Amino acid sequence: MVDHALISLQSISRIYGLGDAKVKALDDVSLAIRSGEFVAVMGPSGSGKSTALNVIGSLDTPTSGSYLFDGVEVAGLTKDQRALLRRHYLGFIFQGYNLLARTSALHNVELPLIYKGVRPAQRRKTAIDVLERVGLGERIHHDPSELSGGQQQRVAIARAMATKPRVILADEPTGNLDSHMSRDIMEVLVELNERDGMTIVMVTHEHDMAEYAQRLVWMVDGRIDSDTQMREAA
Amino acid sequence: MFIETIRLAIEAIFRNAFRSFLTVLGIVIGVGSVIAMVTVGEGSTYQVTADVEKLGGDIVMVLPGQGAMQGGSMGAVQMFELNDNDQLQEELGFVELAAPIAQTRRRVVFGNENWNTEIVGTDNRYFTAAKWELGRGRLFEAGEIKSGRPVCVIGETVSDELFGRANPVGETIRIKSLSCEVIGLTRSKGASTFGSDQDDFVIMPLKTFHQRIAGDSDVSVMFLALRDGTNMDMAKREITALMQEIRKIGPREEDDFEVMDMAEIASILAGITGVLTGLLAAVAAISLLVGGIGIMNIMLVSVTERTREIGIRLAVGAKSSQVLTQFLVEAIVLSLIGGLIGVALGLGLGILGARWLAVPFIPSVTTIALAFCFSAAVGIVFGFFPARRAAGLNPIDALRHE
Repeated sequence: MVDHALISLQSISRIYGLGDAKVKALDDVSLAIRSGEFVAVMGPSGSGKSTALNVIGSLDTPTSGSYLFDGVEVAGLTKDQRALLRRHYLGFIFQGYNLLARTSALHNVELPLIYKGVRPAQRRKTAIDVLERVGLGERIHHDPSELSGGQQQRVAIARAMATKPRVILADEPTGNLDSHMSRDIMEVLVELNERDGMTIVMVTHEHDMAEYAQRLVWMVDGRIDSDTQMREAA
Repeated sequence: MFIETIRLAIEAIFRNAFRSFLTVLGIVIGVGSVIAMVTVGEGSTYQVTADVEKLGGDIVMVLPGQGAMQGGSMGAVQMFELNDNDQLQEELGFVELAAPIAQTRRRVVFGNENWNTEIVGTDNRYFTAAKWELGRGRLFEAGEIKSGRPVCVIGETVSDELFGRANPVGETIRIKSLSCEVIGLTRSKGASTFGSDQDDFVIMPLKTFHQRIAGDSDVSVMFLALRDGTNMDMAKREITALMQEIRKIGPREEDDFEVMDMAEIASILAGITGVLTGLLAAVAAISLLVGGIGIMNIMLVSVTERTREIGIRLAVGAKSSQVLTQFLVEAIVLSLIGGLIGVALGLGLGILGARWLAVPFIPSVTTIALAFCFSAAVGIVFGFFPARRAAGLNPIDALRHE
């Protein structure tokens, strides 16, 4: 366990709109996540939990505050440097899967590896490996439209883990899935956390899913309402 | 990485095969139609000029009225007489031959066949001056011309229509009440540039025409062949002077006739085909525009999907510049493919059209370049700029684009 926080949000605010139409999605949020943690972020709709995740993932830029990733100030990075941060250290899983349409599972998983500069043969091998790990070894040539929701989400997980990121950011990964499929997905995430040591931050509105995490952050109105350690990191 | 980007672009083209196809199609139609139409138009213009010049640089036509060639009114125009023609021939030493011509359209009948054609009254001088050769039979005899005998020389089209493959010489055709013996058949000159058939006529002695067809003694054109080496400007001045004398036109009065050499006639006809070429080019430019709007539509309709795709690529670690390069390469590849197919198709259609109209095939490099560049620009601009906007967004906004 590393002593200093891998992810450190300090007084982060994210304000949308201008003047009277201003919405404070994040209001002075401070949060520290250590390497190897599995954190669930919950809260009612509009509480800012997804915005927090997007800021952590550098998909969105905070209006004010400081965000350190492994000690580096992300606000000070250029757009391209943030792209490199995502490329090398972060993996994303979205509620809506966000796979490229008309593109095979294999190609979808290869995509981040292409940008990482992995050679074609190695890339293909890695992609097949991770697809097998999520139980899709038989379906690597299927397009997203030929896969069920659960299978598409597993392709998305394979894509997120293919580059061996330090952090996986999951935004309602089971939001579109039934409870059986949801448990499969969560077991993959737990395995990534426990076996591969990846830090996982997951936004969810389902208590059952939050149970898989070690720590629960509860947000209300853009602020952290409670922060509970449910059990120790593995 | 650049090779990788090109590969990504090609993959994207095939992944979105239908959209790619429509884009390429838009460019193909635009480029192809412009090139085909302008090529055929320029070929026609060239052919008109060449046709007229083939008749000879030493040919002058005297026409009644002013601006008849440009479609001026023939209504109140005072026609010529046979005497005017003969006077030109006799008094001007540089005139080798002067052929009087009177003409009208009539239906000619043989057995069960009939055909609407140009009836021309003239004499043997016309055949020489206009370089007609006989395929069969003979020309008019002096007696036939003098007494206005009902005999005629017909063009190949008339022969084909009335007689099929049979020999027309010796047969008798009917023009209204006139029964006319076919004594000769001219050798074909084929279609002229406008697609008009040069072999579609019945020629008879002028006197026969006047007495049996027209019922007057007008000559509507005088067709002059000048001796070799005659100075054209001098010849036209002297012809004009003599005609003014014949028609008693004072020095301050306006001429009621025109003297034109083949170069002028060629340039007038070329002017007309030039206008047609312009019209064709305008139509083609519209197809180019429509093709461009098609491309625009396809690109804009797919912006939502593409914006999300860009969001995905940014989320997994692509730099904006990498995404942009990919989209730019994609647009360029599609535009190039469309442009090349369009050029090939346009030239192919141009060749077919030129052959069909019997005009030479003259591809215009400027037109090809312009059409190609315009379409390519449309393809690239509308493929690239939405992508540039998307790549400038926060990745999360691109991902959530609706």
